[in-house]
Amino acid sequence: MAVTEERLFGKAIKRREDPRFITGRGQYVDDVKLPGMTYAAFVRSPHAHARIKKVDAAAARKVAGVLAVYAGEDVQVGGLPCGWMLPGIKVPARPALAQGKVRYVGEPVAIVIGETPFAAKDGAEAVRVQYEALPGVADGKKAHAPGAPQLFDEIPKNQCFYWTIGDKASTDAAFASAATVVTQPLVNQRLIPNAIEPRACVASYAPGTGDLTLWVTSQNPHVHRLLMAAFVLAIPETKMRVISPDVGGGFGSKIFVYNEEVVVSWASRTLGRPVKWTAERRESFLNDAHGRDHVTEAAMAFDREGKITGLRVKTHANLGAYLSTFAPLIPSYLYGPLLSGVYKIPAIFCEVWGMLTNTAPVDAYRGAGRPEATYLLERTMDRAARQLRLDPVELRRRNFIPPFTDGTPYQTPVAFAYDSGDYAPALRRALELAGYEQARRDQAAARAKGRYIGIGVSTYIEACGPAPSAVAGSLGAGAGLWESGQVRVHPAGSVTVYTGSHSHGQGHETTFAQVVADQLGIPMEQVEVVHGDTAQIPFGMGTYGSRSACVGGSALVKCLDKIKEKGRKIAAHLLEAGEQDLDFKDGAWSVKGSPDRKKAWGEVALMAYLAHNIPQGMEPGLEATSFYDPVNFTFPFGAHVAVVEVDAETGAVKLVKYTAVDDVGRVINPMIVDGMVHGGIAQGVGQALWEHGVYGDDGQLLSATMMDYAMPKADGLPSYTTDRTVTPSPINPLGVKGAGETGTIASTPAVANAVIDALAPFGVTHLDLPLTPQKIWKAVAAAKR
Amino acid sequence: MYPAAFEYHAPTSVKDALKLLAKLKDDAKLLAGGHSLVPMMKLRLAQPGHLIDLRKVKGLSGIKEEKAALVIGAMTTHWAIESSKAAKAKLPVLAEVAGIIGDPAVRNKGTLGGSVAHADPAADWPAAMLALGAEMVCEGPKGKRTVKADDWFVGLMTTAAKGNEILTAIRVPVWPAGSGAAYMKFPHPASRFAVVGVCAAVTLDKQGVCTRAGVAVTGAGTRAVRARGVEAALTGKKLDAAAIEAAAQKAADGVDVQADLQGSVEYKAHLCRVFARRAISEAVKRAGG
Repeated sequence: MAVTEERLFGKAIKRREDPRFITGRGQYVDDVKLPGMTYAAFVRSPHAHARIKKVDAAAARKVAGVLAVYAGEDVQVGGLPCGWMLPGIKVPARPALAQGKVRYVGEPVAIVIGETPFAAKDGAEAVRVQYEALPGVADGKKAHAPGAPQLFDEIPKNQCFYWTIGDKASTDAAFASAATVVTQPLVNQRLIPNAIEPRACVASYAPGTGDLTLWVTSQNPHVHRLLMAAFVLAIPETKMRVISPDVGGGFGSKIFVYNEEVVVSWASRTLGRPVKWTAERRESFLNDAHGRDHVTEAAMAFDREGKITGLRVKTHANLGAYLSTFAPLIPSYLYGPLLSGVYKIPAIFCEVWGMLTNTAPVDAYRGAGRPEATYLLERTMDRAARQLRLDPVELRRRNFIPPFTDGTPYQTPVAFAYDSGDYAPALRRALELAGYEQARRDQAAARAKGRYIGIGVSTYIEACGPAPSAVAGSLGAGAGLWESGQVRVHPAGSVTVYTGSHSHGQGHETTFAQVVADQLGIPMEQVEVVHGDTAQIPFGMGTYGSRSACVGGSALVKCLDKIKEKGRKIAAHLLEAGEQDLDFKDGAWSVKGSPDRKKAWGEVALMAYLAHNIPQGMEPGLEATSFYDPVNFTFPFGAHVAVVEVDAETGAVKLVKYTAVDDVGRVINPMIVDGMVHGGIAQGVGQALWEHGVYGDDGQLLSATMMDYAMPKADGLPSYTTDRTVTPSPINPLGVKGAGETGTIASTPAVANAVIDALAPFGVTHLDLPLTPQKIWKAVAAAKR
Repeated sequence: MYPAAFEYHAPTSVKDALKLLAKLKDDAKLLAGGHSLVPMMKLRLAQPGHLIDLRKVKGLSGIKEEKAALVIGAMTTHWAIESSKAAKAKLPVLAEVAGIIGDPAVRNKGTLGGSVAHADPAADWPAAMLALGAEMVCEGPKGKRTVKADDWFVGLMTTAAKGNEILTAIRVPVWPAGSGAAYMKFPHPASRFAVVGVCAAVTLDKQGVCTRAGVAVTGAGTRAVRARGVEAALTGKKLDAAAIEAAAQKAADGVDVQADLQGSVEYKAHLCRVFARRAISEAVKRAGG
C-alpha cells in the first residue's frame, strides 16, 4: 500500500465545497452570463408516437424577440451516438431534433432562439406542428407482443437486442434436480432521476477562431467533448472546450449526451451568438434519461438443505424510444453479472430482451443495473425463505460465499471475479444494531394486537469502478474505463490537483485533498482540486459507477508516487545522501538516523523550479500525470435491515427503523460516506414506497411534475443507524471500494421485504413496487374476503 | 418557468381593486399568496392578461374576534392562522388545518382566501369551511354580500363568487361549549394535498348526546362536500364507537369520487369512511365525549 502516514485519511473533515454551496455562491451553468447571450426553448412532442406532417414556424418567427426557429433536418449535425454495443444490437437512428416521426412525449421537435427566455418560450408556443397520431406502446413486454405498434421499420418486434449470460445447460440441470423451486415474477418500476439542479447548457461559438465552448451539466466533460466533437458536430476536439462547473447532482442522468446541448451548440455556431438553455422541471421529467423499468421472471432452485443450486432470470428491459448513451450496458453487463450477489450459486442463466417503447430513453440511474439485480435476488430469497419455512436471515447465511480476503478473488458463474469479501460479519453487525431477535418478538406481540410490523433484511454486493478497459472494449464499450490525474507542484510547495473525475455532490475537493495532503505531508490548505474543464484537466472519464475514489483517487496516488520519487532524488542530492537512506515524514525528507539532516517539502519544491542545484540531467519542475486503469471492479457489500409498520386499514406504510452496515473498503472521509449512504437509502426507500414514472397505455407520462411524482421527503424517513465493516480492496493502492450507490442498492429490497413480511398474516407473498397504500389495501382486502 | 406576458396591478384599496376588476373583467386574475396561480402561470396553464395583486390592499389580513365568530381576512396567511392565539382558543381546528398545509414556506405565503377562492378539489380548507359552517364575505360593485360555504364550492375550481367580486373575509362561527372538531387527511405522497381529508365538528350535550354535527370531505371528488348523511346519523345519538362507525359508513355518499393514480373509486370511498371515523372520533374526544 502506497499510503505513507495518515493524518487526514479516515477523518471526518467538513467538506471544503460546502460553504460556497450553502451560502448560494456556487457557480452553476445557469449562472454563466455572456455578452450577447440568447436563450433557447424547445418545442416538444405532445404525442407518444406520431408522424410529423408539417412544422409551421411562420407565426413563431414573428414573435417579438425571436431570432430563429429550427426543426428536424434544419439542424445539420450527426445523430446522437450510443456508446455501448452488444452483439447483434440494432441501434435506431436518433436525430438531434425529431425527423419524420416523434416517438415519445417530450421528444424535441424544434428549437426557438430568443433575445430573452420569455421571447423564446413565447416563440415555442407559437410553433404549429401538425401530427398524425399513431398507436404507441409504453410497456417493454407489450412492445414484444405480435401486433404491437412498431417504432422503427428496421427493428422488428421493437427488439433492440437479446443478450444472455451464464450457462443454460447447467442451470436447466439444476432446476431438473431441485428439491424446491421458487418462482418470483417482479417489476422493477421506472424511476425519474430529479437532480436538484436541472440540466442546462450554454454554448458559445467564437466566429473569429472557430472555437466552441460548452458549459454543460455533465458528470464527464471529456466524454461529452469526445462524443459531440467526433460524432455529432464533426469538429476537431481542439476546437471544443467543455466546462462542467458546479453541478447540483446527477445520479447518472448527467452522464449522457442529450439533444438539447447538441442543438444549442449547433445553434450558437449558426447564429454566432451564445445560446443558453436551462431545463424546466417538467422538461427534466420528460427528457432526462429515466432509470430501471424491468419486467422479470425469476426462478431459484434449492437442494434439500436450502442451498441455492440454480438461478434462472428472464428480463424485458424497457430502453425507451431511442438508445441513450450507455443504455445497452445497464440491463446487460451491469445487471447479469451481479446476479450471484453474495451467494454461492453454481449455475445461473439470464436472458435479457432490450425493448424499444414510446417512452423517454432509459439509462444509468444511481446503481444502474445493480439495484435491479439485487432487488430480484433479495426479494426471491425472502420468498424462498417463506416457502422453505426458514428465517430469511438463516437462508442467507446458509448461502453466503465463504470469506475471501487474502487477495484471491471469488469467481462467480456470471463473469465477475469479486476482489475481496467477508459477508457474515456485516450481516451479524446489522442484526445486532437492529435488535433483530427482539424485533421479531415485538412483531409477534404486535400481531396479536392487530398491528402489522414487518422486518426486512437485504444483503447485497455492489460493483464499482467498471474495469479494465481492454475487457470493457471486448464487451462493447465505446470508451476506456480508466481515469487520469495530474499533480502540479508550485514553487512554494502548494499543489494543484487536476482530476478526470467530476464532483457533482461527491465532495472530491475534500476527499482528494485529504489523500494528496496526507501523501505529501502538507496541510490540506496547500492543496487545490480542479475538475470539470477539458481545457484544464487531462482527458478523463468522469464520475459514474462509484468510481471516483477507487479509480480517480488511484490515478492521483500514481502521480504522487512519481512526484515523491523525484522529490526524493532532489532531497538526496541536496542532503548528499543516498535516496534509499532517506525517510519521508511530516512533509520532509530526512537522513535515516540523523533526523536533523532534512529538507522540507517546500525547499525541495522550490529547488525543483529554481533548478540551481538538482541532480545532473534531471529536468526542472515538479509535476506528474498518470492514467490509471484498474485490473478489476471493486465489490463493496453489506447488510441493511428495515422495520416498518403497515396500517392495514389504509395500506399506509411507516418506515420505523433503518439499519445499514456497509463495507466500502477503506474510508477516506467517514462523514462523506455517511452522507452518501444516507442519501442513497432515501433514494432506495423512495423506489420501494413512493417513486414511479407512470406512463399511460397511450404513452402519456402521468407523473411529470413534483405534484405527481413522489420524491422521498424527510418526514417519511427515520434517523438511520449506520456502521461499517472494513475489508480493503486488494486491487487499488488506497484499498477503497466505492460508496456512492450502496444505499440505493440495498434499501429498496430491505424495505420491500419488510412490507411483505408485515403482510404475511394476510398470506401476501409479493407486491410490485412502489408499495403504495392502495396496492397494500387491495391485497389485505382480498385476503380478508 | 416563464409565464406569458401580463400587466401587473397593485391596488391599495378594495375599491381600487374592484374598479380594476370591473374594467379588465375576465382578462384579470386576482393574486393572493400566489401558491396556486403562479405555478399555473409558469406552466402556462393560466395566461391572464392582467394580474391584480391584493397584497397591498389594506384591511384584508388578520383575525378579528366577534361575539360568536372569528372573522378572518382573506389575505391572512396559513401561518398567521396556525399561530393565532384567537384561533387556538376559539377554533383550534383552524390552526390544525393550517398547520398541515404544505410546508412552512408555503404557509407563510399562501392565504386562506386564496385557497377558498381557488377551490382546489384537494385543498384542506374547504372541508373545514363546510364542516364548521363558515361564510364567505364578498365585495362587489353593489357592496358586500355573504355566501354560505355550502353554496360557495360549486364545482371543480369553481366558486359562487362573481367575476366582479373580491372575497374579502371568511367568517367562521365559534361553536358552543361542549364542541370539538378535528381534521384528518390522507396526504398525497407527492403534493401533500388531501387524497382524502375529512373535517368533523360535533357538539355534545351533558349526556354526551350529539346535538349538532358538521362533517365534510375534501380530496376525493371534484369539490369538497358536506357529508350530510354522516351528520344526520350522528345527530341525536350518543357517540360511542359503534355509532361513529355506523355514521362514518355514509361518508362517501354524495361524493363524486374520482379515480386517479392514488386510488380507485372503491379505495378512495373506503378512505372517506376511514378518515370520517377517525376525524369524528377525535372530535368527540375533544368535545369531552
